[in-house]
Amino acid sequence: MRRLFLALATTLLLLSACGANKDATDTPFPGRYQPLTGEATIIAGATLLTGTGDRLENADLLISDGKIIAIGKGLSRDGVVVVDAAGKWLTPGIIDLHSHLGVYASPSTASHSDGNESTAPVTAEVWAEHSVWPHDPGFVTALAGGVTTLQILPGSANLIGGRGVTLKNVPGRDVQSMKFPGAPHGLKMACGENPKRVYGRQGVAPSTRMGNVAGYRSAWIAAADYRDKLAAAAKGQGEAPLRDLKLETLAGVLDGEILVHNHCYRGDEMSVMLDLADEFGYTIASFHHAVEAYKVADLLAESDTCAAMWADWWGFKMEAYDGIRENAALVDRAGACAIIHSDDSIGIQRLPQETAKVIGAAARAGINILPQQAIRWITSNPAKALGVDEYVGTLEEGKMADVVLWNGDPFSVYTRAERVYIDGALLYDRENPAMNPLTDFSLGTGVMPGGAE
Amino acid sequence: MRQFAATLSMLGLTGIFVACPVHAETIAITNATVHTIGPQGTIQNATIIIVDGEFESVGAALEAPDGAQVIDASGKIITPGLFTPTGYLGLVEVGLSAGPLDAVQRGERFTAGFDVADAYNSRSTLIAANRIEGVTRALIVPRATTADEQGNKSHVISGMAATINLGQGTDTVDRRAAAMVVNLGEGGSELAGESRAAALLMLREALDEAGDYQAHRDDFERGQHRDYTYSITDLEALQAVLDGSTPIMANVDRASDIEVLIRLCGEYALRCIVSGGAEAWLLAEQLAAAAIAVILAPTANLPASFDHLNASLTTAAVLESVGVTISFADDRGHTHNAGNITQSAGNAVAEGLPYQAALRAITLAPALMFGVADRVGSIEPGKAADLVIWPDDPLELRSYPEQVIINGEIVAMTSRQTLLRDRYLKEDSSRPPAFRR
Repeated sequence: MRRLFLALATTLLLLSACGANKDATDTPFPGRYQPLTGEATIIAGATLLTGTGDRLENADLLISDGKIIAIGKGLSRDGVVVVDAAGKWLTPGIIDLHSHLGVYASPSTASHSDGNESTAPVTAEVWAEHSVWPHDPGFVTALAGGVTTLQILPGSANLIGGRGVTLKNVPGRDVQSMKFPGAPHGLKMACGENPKRVYGRQGVAPSTRMGNVAGYRSAWIAAADYRDKLAAAAKGQGEAPLRDLKLETLAGVLDGEILVHNHCYRGDEMSVMLDLADEFGYTIASFHHAVEAYKVADLLAESDTCAAMWADWWGFKMEAYDGIRENAALVDRAGACAIIHSDDSIGIQRLPQETAKVIGAAARAGINILPQQAIRWITSNPAKALGVDEYVGTLEEGKMADVVLWNGDPFSVYTRAERVYIDGALLYDRENPAMNPLTDFSLGTGVMPGGAE
Repeated sequence: MRQFAATLSMLGLTGIFVACPVHAETIAITNATVHTIGPQGTIQNATIIIVDGEFESVGAALEAPDGAQVIDASGKIITPGLFTPTGYLGLVEVGLSAGPLDAVQRGERFTAGFDVADAYNSRSTLIAANRIEGVTRALIVPRATTADEQGNKSHVISGMAATINLGQGTDTVDRRAAAMVVNLGEGGSELAGESRAAALLMLREALDEAGDYQAHRDDFERGQHRDYTYSITDLEALQAVLDGSTPIMANVDRASDIEVLIRLCGEYALRCIVSGGAEAWLLAEQLAAAAIAVILAPTANLPASFDHLNASLTTAAVLESVGVTISFADDRGHTHNAGNITQSAGNAVAEGLPYQAALRAITLAPALMFGVADRVGSIEPGKAADLVIWPDDPLELRSYPEQVIINGEIVAMTSRQTLLRDRYLKEDSSRPPAFRR
């Protein structure tokens, strides 16, 4: 009897331990984002780029209770705020797949350098969200650029740099109040020059690209072992290993709960990384800084791996020497998921302009990219890579009301975001600067109240 | 009949002149909208006539001369060639870990005498890459850098900048000593020790020694004068600064440091240019009064450091409104994408800068700053024939140069990037890409 009780208790304990383990990966530092209150609003008569590939002329969009309620012509205007948007353009909120806002905050003092835990080549145990300074003025300027969702990643000094976090671009007192509800964590990995340079000059591995790959493989072997031991222990076979933050993150990738975002410039290295993922049974959500994605666009399409690219950065290091402006267009042409990302606190303010550079270059190469297609590169495609495409990234009924009203064609250099809504709340209004957010840092540091802008 | 050369459609042009650039004696470009950025303003249905590398005339309804090669630019927009006012073209190939950055001079041995023109490589792959984006002239500058592992760092005075042309000829350096680059403010403080006041002192000392050397050159050469901190090479180079023929180009952002610069330039009667100028708008009137031009990145609106707390998107518009000469860098100082000054200009327009002023800032204004406006910067008779033919608004990012002409030469619209592009545009997978040309 007593034995039975003990056995039962052990089982319960194990079960609860298992549950606790699940909770431990899912709920520490839980998101506390609460949407701000918005009014039921019809944005009337705009040109809509829906993010699904469609372009609708002179259409209305109704948002209420934080959601997109309806899209169409002549929607009832009873009891709702009407924003006349004739001649203006409406898009889903812009999503930046790759940002270091908050972890490399402005001003870029040494004490704000929180993005690279460059003390060991594998630091899967660190989480970018624990470095995010919510008062980085860059969040507010990105909002003025229409950015409503962004992934904050660790830097690329390490082979495996740690977890990224997906944020709603809302002013928060702490990072938890910015976390995108339901968004999976990302895992930052890095190919190529950066890890081998950072560690090679310290005289430790990796100092070569082959050292890089050996480093990833060793990490995944340990992760698979950890995962298997946990699974066995859950079935009562053997003892559960001591909780290990590093391996917990990597096991989360193998279990499909954490999405891999892989900094990788060269096409040949992307090909190696795809095989590495096959070896250990995980998938790569996206390659970042994929300067040579155009060389392996077919491989990306086959493996359903997104490529996140700059429009025009090239030549600043050897692995960026073959960058071409048509890159994203060639990836898109191959049927792969093309994304324009920023990696930059200034560039994030103008992702449609960066996209426009690719449209122009593609035209020069004889490839016609329509606005309704190009907008996907900065809305629905990054939403997919982040695993939040069921919530955001398109103008569709039932989606979160993250929308941007532009005062013209968003791909024009002269166009500005006029209104930015997040979950139906008006977060930014170009016509009403006094109502817009201002970070603590910006308060009183400039000579103008609220900074120069 | 007299236009014996076939009238070439713009579409045909890019293809036809890929292999070998043609140096036509006489070119007539017809039916274009031309922003001359000169006294003639903007001309509709204009004809531009180029003879022996120079603009001969521009105007509405001009007749193409006998024997001219005629380019029909109906519906196109023509601007002067773009002029980037800072960067390292021809001084860098790949920035990180791939050979020296020839813009950098470490150590104290050479300061003002360091001349980047001697390191300039006109065959760099960056030249063609930027030429086809419309960049026809550039200032190339020495760059200061902080201490390396041996503790060697650059001097507060970085050395001499030069203007270059991106043409396909052999004579590519236009003007040496087009500017003397110095570092004040936060950047200068890192080089001088700790305080930015020390950076200013180093500059003053150099100017004072250069003045003294000029007054006592003969005594010095006879060994009857005191020694100097700076080398004779450096003091000789500074003579052009003292006589106003070479402007000081000061990397400086904070308003208080710009005030210091304004006073210094007044005291020594120097010509001065601010590069950076994040907070320059706070001193717009003073800069205008002192005739100090500003090179700025109009999109750099964040407090990147405590020297940039008042960075603003409207700096360009504010400075221009009171008559300060402005030109544009891009926010990253990306030499590789020097042509992105059109993006800077377009964004400045969106924030209130008049359109023609924006075009001037990326063409004529740098030419004025660096003393080459008698030859380049606008479409005027007698100037070197640099121009860009655009399908539409040159400041729009979807726009791109259809044809670039430098020194009257129709340049090949190819670069290493376009070759890579064309290789991978082909979808033939029967053999590896290495077999595709």
